[in-house]
Amino acid sequence: MKNAPSPDEHLEMYRKMLLVRHLEEGLGALHKEGRTRGPIHRCDGQEAVGVAATAVLAQGDKVATTHRGHAVYVGKGMQMRPIIAEIFGRATGACGGRAGHMLVAEADLGVIGGNAIVGAGIPAAAGMALSMQVRGEKGVAMCVFGDGAAQTGICHEAMNMAALWKLPVVFVLEHNQFGLTVPTEVQSPVADLSIRAAGYGIPAVIVDGNDAVAVYRAVAEAADRARRGEGPSMVECKTYRLEGFSTSDMGGYQKPEDIAAWKERDPLTVARRALASAFDEARLAEVEAAARDEVARAFAEALADPLPEFAVDAACNPYSEAV
Amino acid sequence: MALMRYAEALNAALREEMQADPSVFLFGEDIGRYGGVFKVTKGLMEEFGEGRVRDTPISEQAMTAMAVTAAMTGTRPVLEIMYADFIPLTLDALVNQASIYNYIWNGQVKMPFVLRTQGGGGAGAGAQHSKALDSMLAHIPGIKVVAPSTPADAKGMLKAAIRDDQPVVFLEHKLLYNTRAEVPEGDVIVPLGKAATLRPGTDVSIFATSRMVVEAGKAAGLLAADGISAEVIDLRSLRPLDLAAIKASVARTNHAVVVNEGWSFCGYVAELSATIMDHCFDDLDAPVARVALPDMPIPYSEPLENAMLPNAEKIAATARKVLG
Repeated sequence: MKNAPSPDEHLEMYRKMLLVRHLEEGLGALHKEGRTRGPIHRCDGQEAVGVAATAVLAQGDKVATTHRGHAVYVGKGMQMRPIIAEIFGRATGACGGRAGHMLVAEADLGVIGGNAIVGAGIPAAAGMALSMQVRGEKGVAMCVFGDGAAQTGICHEAMNMAALWKLPVVFVLEHNQFGLTVPTEVQSPVADLSIRAAGYGIPAVIVDGNDAVAVYRAVAEAADRARRGEGPSMVECKTYRLEGFSTSDMGGYQKPEDIAAWKERDPLTVARRALASAFDEARLAEVEAAARDEVARAFAEALADPLPEFAVDAACNPYSEAV
Repeated sequence: MALMRYAEALNAALREEMQADPSVFLFGEDIGRYGGVFKVTKGLMEEFGEGRVRDTPISEQAMTAMAVTAAMTGTRPVLEIMYADFIPLTLDALVNQASIYNYIWNGQVKMPFVLRTQGGGGAGAGAQHSKALDSMLAHIPGIKVVAPSTPADAKGMLKAAIRDDQPVVFLEHKLLYNTRAEVPEGDVIVPLGKAATLRPGTDVSIFATSRMVVEAGKAAGLLAADGISAEVIDLRSLRPLDLAAIKASVARTNHAVVVNEGWSFCGYVAELSATIMDHCFDDLDAPVARVALPDMPIPYSEPLENAMLPNAEKIAATARKVLG
């Protein structure tokens, strides 16, 4: 089937989703022990979106994501140790500990990058696509953004320009039902936000965001369209944020029956059930054990890594004699 | 040398840099087919095509944010924001995006983009089309802010800004576009962060940028008639600031007047004043004096607007007061 992942590609997505889940659970445990710093935004339950959307990209393709970007970082090929080291402010972090978990970037892998101003990733991806178009490079830029970001003014401006100029960009709307604590029906008069794409002449589809294969197929088609020079597409992935907004969230506003219903359709469960037709139990168990070990090892190494030393950045200095 | 208008000098800089480097491209409102509201980009779409000279919708927020990531990924965008009064619409892209990534991402990316805009009063354009928001921009670490006053500097500094790997906000002035002066021919670069002495003097230093340099020059003429020798320093670059030039001038004159077309409170003149106090205190014979806009919106009617703006007479009067 065109644009469907091979069984091995599907298994690799499952492995990366496991890495992300272990990362999130490890961070949750360390937060409870008081060992994390600042708010951490977990993506438990949303792993299929970030992992499957980036699975269709080549290394030279670029992705901009949100403050909840761990699945995108792992999906686009970053290693666990520099991600975890960055989250713990270590010198060995992907950005030397300067960025923190919301703003991670690894430019060589096209992760450019996390963004904690809601909505800012949308023009960020459009700008990278503009750069590709100006340089004649046949790449794709992707934005993974949430239903909260879809309400910003800059979303309208960026999508209008991306469509107007037929920029090679894929808009992946990760609809997790909440903007911080406020449910989507309190933020938007329409439930399916991708109907707005029609206003820009952008084709859009809605997929089950907890089904990695469904996300992969829709995003692959959108990326192909971008590479053909036909402009942007939107894929709205319906999913659910199983944990709170961040580790500082006091909770109490997500309905227990909703959480239970979405847990039934956990993206890891969906993927494992589908993979059982192609791989035997022993192979799946082997992948699961390896993912668990890999994350545990990365946590141990990153937490033992050194902290950075402060230095004044000369390029920020106000006087020319210091530049 | 060639006699050129300020707008023509900017146009020449853009043309030469676009000819030399295919990664340089322009976008902004009305800059393509029409050639720009102030005609700075005249003829460039015809020469370089619609791919490299793009008319945009009225979307300052997104286009500035797009310039940031386009700059990080292999191009050198030059963005035109038609009026400095629209800068507040671009601020997330400047304050939260462009200024942070080179440092926060530990040197993984460069940020070679130029935001050209023009500000300032005196044209009857009203409260939303006349401001100089220099201090708002120069406040941000990681962004360079420059404001040439002559056609030669306009050309040489725009070429330097386009080649710079940091974001540069390039402040032009609506009343300078038609000023005409000699511009050196060829690929002459005027480095950013270097002040120029417009007129040497021994009694008082007047520091200014953009159109206020012209007024400071006239003020020096008025003062000379009274036997006062004023030194006029065109700072040219607001950030980075040429501290060495400031220190050398104050050491000569022992008196300083700072001029800017923005507001006084928390304004660029406040920063200049504090900088001179910090670095030149022992050389000063009197407190630094500021000439800036009163802290009010800019009114429309001609006598009201004229009463607001700093000019040669106000600068000269302030210099006399500083000299006691």
